[in-house]
Formats: sequence, C-alpha cells, structure tokens
Amino acid sequence: MKKLLLGDEAIALGAIDAGLSGVYAYPGTPSTEITEYIQGNTLAKERGIHSRWCTNEKTAMEAALGMSFMGKRALVCMKHVGMNVCADPFVNSAMTGVNGGVVVLVADDPSMHSSQDEQDSRFYGKFAMIPTFEPSNQQEAYDMMEAAFDYSEQQCLPVLMRVTTRMAHSRAVVEVKEKARPENGMNYNSVAANWVLLPANARKRNDKVTAQQIQLEEDAAKSKYNSLSPALPKGKGEKCPLGIIASGIAYNYVQESLKTLALQENGQEVPILKISQYPLPKRLVRDLLNSCEKVMVVEEGQPFIEEQVRGVFDSQNILGRLTGQLPRTGELTPDNVAAALSNAGVIAPLATREVQGVSPLVVARPPQLCQGCGHRDVYTALNEVLKEYENPRVFGDIGCYTLGFLPPYKAIHSCVDMGASITIAKGASDAGQWPAVAIIGDSTFTHSGMTGLLDAVNEKANITVIISDNLTTAMTGGQDSAGTNKFEAICLGLGVEPEHLHVVVPLPKNMPEITRIIREEINYKGVSVIIPQRECIQTFKRKAKERKLKD
Amino acid sequence: MKTDIILCGVGGQGILSIATIIGEAAMNENLYIKQAEVHGMSQRGGDVQSNLRISSDPIASDLIAKGSADVIISMEPMEALRYLPYLSKEGWVITSSAPFVNIPNYPDIEDIKAELSKLPHVIAIDIEQIAKDNQVPRSANVILLGAAQKALGLDYATLENAIRSVFGRKGEAVVEANIKALALGKAAQK
Repeated sequence: MKKLLLGDEAIALGAIDAGLSGVYAYPGTPSTEITEYIQGNTLAKERGIHSRWCTNEKTAMEAALGMSFMGKRALVCMKHVGMNVCADPFVNSAMTGVNGGVVVLVADDPSMHSSQDEQDSRFYGKFAMIPTFEPSNQQEAYDMMEAAFDYSEQQCLPVLMRVTTRMAHSRAVVEVKEKARPENGMNYNSVAANWVLLPANARKRNDKVTAQQIQLEEDAAKSKYNSLSPALPKGKGEKCPLGIIASGIAYNYVQESLKTLALQENGQEVPILKISQYPLPKRLVRDLLNSCEKVMVVEEGQPFIEEQVRGVFDSQNILGRLTGQLPRTGELTPDNVAAALSNAGVIAPLATREVQGVSPLVVARPPQLCQGCGHRDVYTALNEVLKEYENPRVFGDIGCYTLGFLPPYKAIHSCVDMGASITIAKGASDAGQWPAVAIIGDSTFTHSGMTGLLDAVNEKANITVIISDNLTTAMTGGQDSAGTNKFEAICLGLGVEPEHLHVVVPLPKNMPEITRIIREEINYKGVSVIIPQRECIQTFKRKAKERKLKD
Repeated sequence: MKTDIILCGVGGQGILSIATIIGEAAMNENLYIKQAEVHGMSQRGGDVQSNLRISSDPIASDLIAKGSADVIISMEPMEALRYLPYLSKEGWVITSSAPFVNIPNYPDIEDIKAELSKLPHVIAIDIEQIAKDNQVPRSANVILLGAAQKALGLDYATLENAIRSVFGRKGEAVVEANIKALALGKAAQK
C-alpha cells in the first residue's frame, strides 16, 4: 500500500506497524508530528497505544523504560535540545538495557529553524554506547523503525534514531505494510540486577555494554543500510581521485549533484559510502580510504564522522566541513554540496547553471505574535510598568512569547532553555538586580519551571514571575499543556504566598488592573506570581472552526 | 516529466493546502514526489516556503537547487521575488498581485509589479478580488493553483480529481467552490 507521508509520519506509522505499545514525547519542532500522527491513527486508537503528551522529555524517556521493563515496545520522541533534558535516563538506559524494544527518536535542527543551538545527537549515541540509525529517506525511515525495534530487543539496548529537519518535514510516497505486527505481550523477564543501578550492578553492565561495542560495529559494517557503491575494484590498480562518505539526508544531495551535474566527457563513477547505522563501521571506511586518493565527508550537522575519520593524525586527505569544502555550520543544501563536489572536480562547474540575483526590493519578514494573542497584552502591560524603573531586566523563556524580544515590544533580555527564565531571574536577583522579572509560558513552566520556582520560594528571592498561560503548547501547533487549570494549585503547593499569586485576563480593557498588579508585585520583596490566562487565538479559532464543521 | 515547484507566501496564507492538492494529483498519476515543508516558528506571520518536486523518475534531493525551479507559486508578490534565485531561466512565476503588508518597511507595490513584469513568464492576478467577486472567498489559493496548471505540467482533470478527494470530507459545497476556483484560475492562464 502506498501513502504520501511526511518523514515524521513515516516514522510514526513505521512504529505502529512494528508493534508499538506506547509513544512518549514532549512537543518540539521538528519532531512533533510523530506523536500527533499516532494520536490520530485508527489502529493506534483500537489498540489503545499510549500517545498522550508527557510533561517533559525526561518523564517521557523514563515512562518508555517502564513500558520496556514490562516487555513492550516504546518510542520516545523529541527535538535535539530535548535530548539534554532526558540525558540522564537516556545514558543510563544503556546500563539497564531493555526488555521490550526502545527507540529514542531525536530530530535535530541544523540551521536552527526553530531552535537555540545546532547540537548533533549522534554524539549522544556514541557517548552512551547506544547504536544509532540515521535514515536518508522516508521509505528508509519507515522500514528502519521495525529494524530498530528488532535490533533493540536483539541487543538488549535502546536504539537512537536520528533525523534532521529536512527528513522530518519532507513528504514522499512510502510503501507501507498491509498488516501491523502484533504488540508484544507483557512479561516479567526484566532482571532486577540489571535494572537496579547500584555501583556493583552497574559495573557489570558497563563491562558488558562496553564489550558489546565490537559486535555493534560489526553489525553496522554488515548492515543493509550502510553500503559502498559502486563496489571498489579488487585489484591493486589506480586509486580513485575522490571517494565520498555521505550519511543520512546528505546522501540525497550527493546523488542529486552527481545526477544533475555529471561530467559528460568522463563517465567515471564516484565511490560513495552511505552511512545510516552507527557505530561508524571503520572497516568500510578503511576500504574506501585505501582505494581513493582523497575522501570527502558529507554529513548533516556537526562533523561527527569527519572527526573520527581524520583522527589524531588529522589526515590531510579527508575533506569536509573542517577543511572548508563544506560550510562549518548550518544545513547542507543541494547547492553547497554541489559546490563542494564541483570544486573537487567530480562534477561539472556550477557556473553552467544561471542563477538570478536577489531583488533589492525584498525585505525580511520576521515572524511575530498573532493579532489577538494574549502575550501581546502581557508585554504591553509589562513595558508600561517597567518604564517607571531605572534598570529593569526581564528574563524570557522558550515559546511564542520569545518573539517579545523583537519590535515593537523589545521586552526580554534572555532566553536560554526551557524553564531558565525563573532560575536566571533568581540568580540575577541574588546578584542584586531589581526589578527581576521572569516570563514563562504555561507548558514551559510545567516542563522545567516548577523546580526553579521552588528554589526561589525557599530563598524568598525578590523576583516577579509571570506565567503567561494560553492553555496550550502554542509554538509547536497547539498541543495539550500538562498544567492546564492547575497553575494556582501548583504555585500554592510550591509555597507561593496566596496574597502574591494573581490570575488576570490579558485583554486591553483590563490594562489598568494588570499594570497595577505588576507594579505592586515588583515592589513586593519576595516571590510573586502573576498568571495572565487567556486561550491561544490559534487554538480558539481552530476549535470554533471544528464546532462549525460539526454543526 | 519533472517539475520543481517553490510554493511561498506568508505564514497562514494556505500554501500547504496547495501543496496537498498537487501532491494528491501527482500521486494519482504515479509520479514520484518530494515536498519539504516549513513548520514551527516561521509560521507566525513570517515568510514561508515549501519545495515541491514531482517527477516520473526517482527524486534524490528534498530541496531544489538554485537556478533550477520550473515554477514559483506565490500567495504574495514580494514573496515571489524572494525566491527568484531558485527559478530557472525559463521558469514561470504565478503570483497573487495583492500585497500582504504586516511589516513597516514593505516596499512600494508598483516597484514590485515592475520587477515582476521584467520576468519572461509571469501570471500576476488579484486572487482575493477574483475570489470575492465570484463568491468563493475561501478558495483564493485554489485560483492560484488553477492559474499554474499548465506550468505544473499536470492535466486539468487530474487537479480537479485531486480537489474532490482532498476536500471530500468537508462536503459537496466546499468541493464545488474549489472546483469553481480552479476553473477561474485556469481562465487566467496565458
């Protein structure tokens, strides 16, 4: 059966068809659509596959381990920076091992379309000694999901599957199975001595997993997802001038360039080692290196393979991002890959293709808060009050409201990671800053802001926290927010004083009330929490539309 | 057959639904498809684009190389200009002529029109106005699709069928409005 699927959807359907019992995830571009697809899938509903959003990536990873402990297959999805949040259970999951298969899907965002950094998750796989898969097209993403679950159970280790933005958010026709594999039954095969990571137990597991790496690398060398083509000549003839190592989606850009800009006069084929399964199979790399004068490494993200291949001898015959043939940062494109291959002489000069310049009329059109968005009213009120103070500082967080940095508001002075608004405000206050205001969204607050608020309450920090609650996880498209209707109770439970906890409705008509409260609470020497609460205008419109469609 | 298409506009203008219809049509024709979309932060009123490639042969890259797009379909005239470096020398630009002004430094629309008219193959039409005048106010993007039909290299009937299957679950009235819009766009072709 053929389906037109987004990379994320191919991954989701691949997991369902591989007998998935639960997906655990926190929304994050470009990984969100995986969980959304499972939430909407008929078979997943019939089977009762777990798909509700988790509070953060750490709770997601741990719940998946629980599912695996009981013998069933679990998928964990996140964006690359989410991996930092779940690093503790992820790294330790190699020590516990798995019972039911676990696949940890991480979607990296090179060029930072919607992210704060460009980290490459393959380093996490190597660091945690966990085998890593990296599909290069949607069909492979679908097929690999079952292979990854099988391999996870065979090796008793989780499998990391790494994709990047263009894989996650690109559609193609995928051939899918007619019938999904049944789910695993529950079992009690998990051995406590593996799962209780007391030092004495963990040392044994560490030795075992470390020894297992040789097998994992040999499996990668034999994997059908890693291939060398065309096959290298067996004899001791002349070396090829250039070979290519291409991983994941980069493989497609290499193929595109070789196809569209082939050198007519010289039909010589360029040997390409495609890498989609790690640990890096050194045997295949050596075969390529032995038969080529130079090798170019083309990979999306950081120079993960390139550094390993160069090694400490810093071989001058290895070309790529570290030597300037490809850009050191940012996404690969068919253009920068073609330029690198063209400069290396394996394809035609790029000058053969005419490219128009950019019209000087074109100006930037930055994203902005929607018309009618409650965050707008919050920033209007906050700016109104803060102009009364000499040196106010506002510590922002991750979400739509980060756009408050841009004109017309220019309202925030920091945005680092999920939950950091409250803790950075506290640190600034500890240093003597006043007013120190934190602004954080509802979903970000439950993701990673609550613990920081407890720190602030315990020390009676002189900060004002604004939880701008739009009842949803808006930036990623309006997913359920874990704390909806619970924020007052959470803040009171953490010890916020009732007289310094306020809920307001951010609308222009309420400006006098909101500005008065902000002013009073900034002047209060202690922790105050103000919760402006109004539904996201996008989810509001969507629900109105759905109601209309029903009627 | 190979058509490389850049779809562009401003976040929220509905370029992805044009992509969905073309994708459906291409799949029914047993063509290969690759379509890279933009999700996330840029959807909030910023410039958005999608690379859509359809071909009778397998497609390697999800992204279109500079100087090689066959068509730019744009919901907004300045956004059409933004992607000209991707257009091939003989490529087509099918664009809405009505500016979407949500920035303070939007250029003079007459300058934009003059710039567009320098291109060899352009269709610039006021799809919002045509949609209103013909009582299909929600189908402006499908008018644009109709105007791009020849440049896409797809049969008109193929697009019509794709509209039926894409909008089918929304009811017959929605299907008919979009088919009417497609015909209005077709009539605007040169």
